[in-house]
Amino acid sequence: MALKLVLIGLVAGLFSALFGVGGGIVIVPLLILVAGFESRVATGTSLAGIGITALAGTILYAFEGHVDVAHAALVGLPAAAGAVVSTGIQQRVSGRALTRAFAGVLAALAVWLLVS
Amino acid sequence: MSATTIVFAIGLGFAAGLLAGFFGVGGGILFVPTLVALGLSQIEAEATSLLAILPTVAAGTWRQRHYGNVRWQTALVLGVTSIAGAVVGVQIATALPEDVLRRLFALLLFCVAAQLAWRSRRAAPYPSEP
Repeated sequence: MALKLVLIGLVAGLFSALFGVGGGIVIVPLLILVAGFESRVATGTSLAGIGITALAGTILYAFEGHVDVAHAALVGLPAAAGAVVSTGIQQRVSGRALTRAFAGVLAALAVWLLVS
Repeated sequence: MSATTIVFAIGLGFAAGLLAGFFGVGGGILFVPTLVALGLSQIEAEATSLLAILPTVAAGTWRQRHYGNVRWQTALVLGVTSIAGAVVGVQIATALPEDVLRRLFALLLFCVAAQLAWRSRRAAPYPSEP
């Protein structure tokens, strides 16, 4: 189990720094499928792990001069409020409709990034 | 920056937080396109996204701890080992041309969208039914 977690961590860290994401896309499914975690526990544990990953990535990118603190606050602080709301909702609802909406938003963003 | 732009950024930031808490992700998948739309380059958007993830996951972790859904030891192992992966990831991202990095990110979005669509079609997605 420890080795599996190490491998998940390595892949998540690579993903995180390469794409500027937390790595939860990698961590959550693998914790459920490989480590046998209950879904909510997988998402909660993922959030805690991402904190360390994103901190490391931020420091590494800060050395290269790529971090814009004002812009990070502009989107990150409203996001903190959003996370508090959705973790509360997550305890009560099934997520199928939200998952589909999320998929639609991502596909639209991908198209926009490719054509812009 | 116009008032409209600020409202747009705050709205998408809030949406990213909703996704983060619900799916256990950092929200970067929305932060990065939002920051690019605000005029940052792809590499700046990715670096800045990582900083924006910190308050997001701090708030999410705080709430999930309250609900008893955080396994701290697992999180610590994942987080610490991820640092080695992050060192490599930053090297690759800074070496790649801007447009290649942007196309790779778009590809990532497509893969995640396809995976989510597939998951919602055949079975209950995470989080599973209450």
